[in-house]
Amino acid sequence: MKNSTNHSIKLDAMNEPDWKIIRDDFPILRLTVDGKPLVYLDNAASSQMPQQVIDRLVRYQTSEHANVNRAVHYLSEVATLEFHRARCKLQQFVNAAEDREIIFTSGTTDAINLVMHGYGRKFIKEGDEIILTTLEHHSNIVPWQMLANEKGAKIRVVPINDKGELEIDEYEKLFNERTKFVGLIHVSNALGTINPIKRMIDYAHQYSVPVLIDGAQAAPHLIIDVQALDCDFYVFSAHKLCGPTGVGMLYGKATLLEAMQPFKGGGDMIMSVTFEKTIYNTIPHKFEAGTPPIAAAIGFGAAIDYLTAIGIERIAAYEAELLDYATELLNDMPGVRIIGTAANKTAVISFAIDGIHPHDIGTILNQDGIAVRTGHHCAQPVMQRFNVPATSRASFAFYNKKSEIDALVAGIKTVQKVFL
Amino acid sequence: MHTNSLYQEVILDHNRKPRNYGKLEHASHHATGHNPLCGDRLDISLQVDERDQINAIAFQGESCAICKASASMMTSAVKGKSRLDAETLINEFRDLATGKLDINSPNHLGRLTVFSGIRDLPTRVKCAVLPWHTLHAALNSLENASTEADHDPVPVVSNNT
Repeated sequence: MKNSTNHSIKLDAMNEPDWKIIRDDFPILRLTVDGKPLVYLDNAASSQMPQQVIDRLVRYQTSEHANVNRAVHYLSEVATLEFHRARCKLQQFVNAAEDREIIFTSGTTDAINLVMHGYGRKFIKEGDEIILTTLEHHSNIVPWQMLANEKGAKIRVVPINDKGELEIDEYEKLFNERTKFVGLIHVSNALGTINPIKRMIDYAHQYSVPVLIDGAQAAPHLIIDVQALDCDFYVFSAHKLCGPTGVGMLYGKATLLEAMQPFKGGGDMIMSVTFEKTIYNTIPHKFEAGTPPIAAAIGFGAAIDYLTAIGIERIAAYEAELLDYATELLNDMPGVRIIGTAANKTAVISFAIDGIHPHDIGTILNQDGIAVRTGHHCAQPVMQRFNVPATSRASFAFYNKKSEIDALVAGIKTVQKVFL
Repeated sequence: MHTNSLYQEVILDHNRKPRNYGKLEHASHHATGHNPLCGDRLDISLQVDERDQINAIAFQGESCAICKASASMMTSAVKGKSRLDAETLINEFRDLATGKLDINSPNHLGRLTVFSGIRDLPTRVKCAVLPWHTLHAALNSLENASTEADHDPVPVVSNNT
């Protein structure tokens, strides 16, 4: 099968990639909306897919598809091998010690729920305390609340300062002998704040408390090394890093995963079944009941290949340039206020415009083909902290260009003119 | 549809200077509407007399221009009307916003037809409709009405204070 042109492969020899050529990998970015070129600035919600990943999905579906881990026929062997290779790509991407520490899930939310059911319901008891932060996405709040309600456990919350940074001193004060779990967002989806997770993990480990890192917003922009971090669980989704929807991953330390109870029961997660007793399979299979999202997982692997060929450091450096450029321009606009001004941020800008509701901003920007997210970003506690019902959020990816930030600025001026 | 045709002067004017804004001291009916998608909330209070006539109505809350203008124009439209007439307007406005109403057929909406463009912006339909769902909940003293319209996600309305 002929591979499509992979621009990224040439990059190894280059210091600075040609971002214009990389942008051409994304067919969707050629769209127009109402006759205006699409300006896609909603990458924190979901990123777009390059042709290389699309081609990989087509190749799988046209010449490799069958169910995995089952039959002995040719296609089943190919699909099983490719599915396993995708797992190994993820293992390398996060630098896990073993491939069996990578569990395919349907996404970040599913992965967190897996840990809540598999670890939380087995090990967290009445009176225990779970530490979360104000910056958490609802997906790392609600499952733990459900657990706390069921068990009679208690949620403790790390506050943030006016810049949208965690108050680490307060975090450390929350620990006591009842603390049994920490759920921590690596990068805030609403504000872009990068949290000092290494330090926070180390502190939790002094109390022998396991830490789950929600890396949904971090994995597309930062190098993840789960062994260096020493985190106990790390979760993220494929669709925020140029992969398909419907698949994500849970990294867990093998000893913890082995101690946990299964989340879902069904095929593939068993060693043997009788009506008297079921013996569960080994990890990772114990947590992958039923037919997994095979195509999406292989697409996930292809997306990882694509990103690592460009280089996450290069991506981060270019996105930082976009962030600086946009921050400077928006700071100069009268009536525009950036919410979330942490010293350490990914390329996310949440903003408010005086007297104008974010939904009106979003609708009018859309008229110029500009896609931003407006709303509470599934992070209502963050909104409450800044006393706003919602914000508008522009989030950049490496395929964005400065002229698109200029378009955003022009669009904001149009919004202000309509409501003058 | 071009969005400018939605943000017309009449809508911008009601957003800038909302009519009947506030809370009634002695309300006979009350409800709060929520838009879980954006966190917006709207309170509506009414005085309905023994002849089922709406003598007074007021709204307040945190919302976008479309929602606020819709609420402002709604309160102006139903004030002095009978409860039955108000319900007719509620149904007609819902149909207008969701594209089920033929604007050329006889209706009672009058200037409210400036919202007809909202049908082309499915994500904003709930903004325009939230005040009307809330009014319906208030008039019917619904404990916990979910506005099961033909669009999703739906605003949630309750008459808890």
